[in-house]
Amino acid sequence: MSILVTPQTRVLIQGITGSFGARHARLSLEYGTQVVAGVTPGKGGQRFDERVPIFDTVAQAVQATQATASAIFVPPAFAADAILEGVDAGLDLIVCITEGIPAQDMIRVKRAMEGRPARLIGPNCPGIVTPGSGPDSHGGCRIGIAPGYIHRPGPVGVVSRSGTLTYEAVWQLTQRGVGQSTCVGIGGDPLHGTSHLEVIRMFHDDPDTQGIIMIGEIGGSAEEEAAAWIAAHGSKPVAAFIAGSTAPPGRRMGHAGAIISGGKGTAAAKIKALRAAGVVVAETPAVMAETLLKLLG
Amino acid sequence: MNIHEYQAAQLLAARGVNRPDGDPVSTPEEARVVAARLLAAGHPKVIVKAQIHAGGRGKGTFTSGYQGGVKLCASVGEVETAAAAMLGQVLVTRQTGPEGRRVKKLLVAAAAPVVKEFYLAVLLDRATSRPMVIASEAGGMDIEEVAERSPEKIIRESVDPALGYQAYQARRQAVALGLIGEQLAPAARLFQGAYRTWLECEASLVEINPLALLHPPGDRPTLSAIDAKISLDDNALFRHPDLVALRDLDEESPLEIEASEHGLNYIKLDGNIACLVNGAGLAMATMDIIDHYGGRPANFLDVGGGASPEQVAAAFGIILKDPHVQAILVNIFGGIMDCNVIATGIVTAARQTALNRPLVVRLEGNNVVAGRQTLSESGLEIVSGDSMADAARLAVQAARTLGAN
Repeated sequence: MSILVTPQTRVLIQGITGSFGARHARLSLEYGTQVVAGVTPGKGGQRFDERVPIFDTVAQAVQATQATASAIFVPPAFAADAILEGVDAGLDLIVCITEGIPAQDMIRVKRAMEGRPARLIGPNCPGIVTPGSGPDSHGGCRIGIAPGYIHRPGPVGVVSRSGTLTYEAVWQLTQRGVGQSTCVGIGGDPLHGTSHLEVIRMFHDDPDTQGIIMIGEIGGSAEEEAAAWIAAHGSKPVAAFIAGSTAPPGRRMGHAGAIISGGKGTAAAKIKALRAAGVVVAETPAVMAETLLKLLG
Repeated sequence: MNIHEYQAAQLLAARGVNRPDGDPVSTPEEARVVAARLLAAGHPKVIVKAQIHAGGRGKGTFTSGYQGGVKLCASVGEVETAAAAMLGQVLVTRQTGPEGRRVKKLLVAAAAPVVKEFYLAVLLDRATSRPMVIASEAGGMDIEEVAERSPEKIIRESVDPALGYQAYQARRQAVALGLIGEQLAPAARLFQGAYRTWLECEASLVEINPLALLHPPGDRPTLSAIDAKISLDDNALFRHPDLVALRDLDEESPLEIEASEHGLNYIKLDGNIACLVNGAGLAMATMDIIDHYGGRPANFLDVGGGASPEQVAAAFGIILKDPHVQAILVNIFGGIMDCNVIATGIVTAARQTALNRPLVVRLEGNNVVAGRQTLSESGLEIVSGDSMADAARLAVQAARTLGAN
């Protein structure tokens, strides 16, 4: 099994005709993901690659194709609107890949989503992969920009704020013959839809996830909140890595959310909280999979 | 993006946050004119403040030997002397690093007797995804220290973004600071002005420290923003051309400016092993693993998740301009990007830049075998790391060997 998405999940892509969205729509289709619709205002009625119907609005796409999840590839200035359109259309899951959304847009989006059933992943994230059972994990659900072939189906859940570090962890697992239930990139922005803690709870509730790799980085307190929950309720092995031990305070390290401010959000504090919760923290990013596999025995 | 104190004060003043009378100046003559005007208006003293994007100015030292980037003066002559000593000179504070910052502007402002100092800030609370207004009676101090030692002195109001910061919330905070009686209404208005500044400028931080209750001779006590700091949300700047105009490129590192022009994220550090990595998380992790094996990273550099050959070439150009670099570690996880395309980019860049320092490359991902072959057949002295750990060790070793020569 998996969390959030399965190979059957019907996916629509907001911004399917932009170069970024089109490229990754094609890669998802090649991976065998059920990409059933695209949305580009003004291009309703056309087809993407002569294959996927394009709609003017998300509501039309949902009605016509029963899509339940979306990937957003629209530019930052329009991304908040795209998320809210997805929420309004009744989607279960919205994965926002877009990087560079103004913080105040995300404050409004988060406020508007309070009490609504839709779940947001991201923004500024690589998305979600539930690997499939075909060759190179073909036939899985790939929403976003992660390379599909590095995955294989299996028992490990991966949750991370960083894209390439997620791929790194997944690749380390796959090379050791260990597959993944679902891999979730929650994004590198200070405000995001879904936290480490929420994903870890889902992995705990998923009977087929036997171990978890959690990748965090400097900034904020999401890792500490996850650690507190794990200390109280955790029953599955968790290995972690926190990036940014050597990052200077007060500087944004690429991700908008990766900043130590006012002495808060350091890697040392996060590592300490995780260790206190019984999480084994990998010494280096090269041994993320190894660290978890030792726990799984 | 950060802006200068005088710019922050202007943005706040336009939204009802009172500040001491004064003006920014660029020459000792201008400083003299402003000081003369302020003294003639009856202000007993004038303060001269160096304008740089760093705190700790008062206790800073100029490389010329002159002490202090903030001076309280009682005469036009004193102001002119202080201005002449500061302008054009390099000020080193606990926040600037040893290289310091060159002072090009001063703020010359009226100074009045202070009754009490407070702290006021508006920021984004990541834990709740809501704005937060923070007030404290412990003004003029390091607020993190106050939060640590006397958390009861920090008064927080979480703001519902659908409603904004309400007047009652501002009054509640003012009352908590003891600003009551005829001070209550103006204090609440000032607090709301600070929130409006945060909102309208799409700031990530508005901080007034100290916010002072001043008592000018013969006048009523008034609240005034003595020092102000505003950081703007880079992602929102496209909506604020007026604020983009406030950017001072002299406050930023030339290499970081060049990097941003190529869509690269570069931060200079003080080590000797340059890194070139795709993805911010992996870039931080690469710095960490260099440190783990006993080396010191010379920079953070994220060429983006995609890592195009053009960006890799531009990145080489930038890291090689840092004279402290003794080895280069390239760490690329080519997920979708073809590793052979990246390898070709690395070889081209190494040739173009006449690379003369050890280069260790760790490539992983799509079409990696062809990529490694391109590197080994290039005729260049490129060390290929089999894994991230291996590559980090080799880079640390290479930097040591070179450093020892």
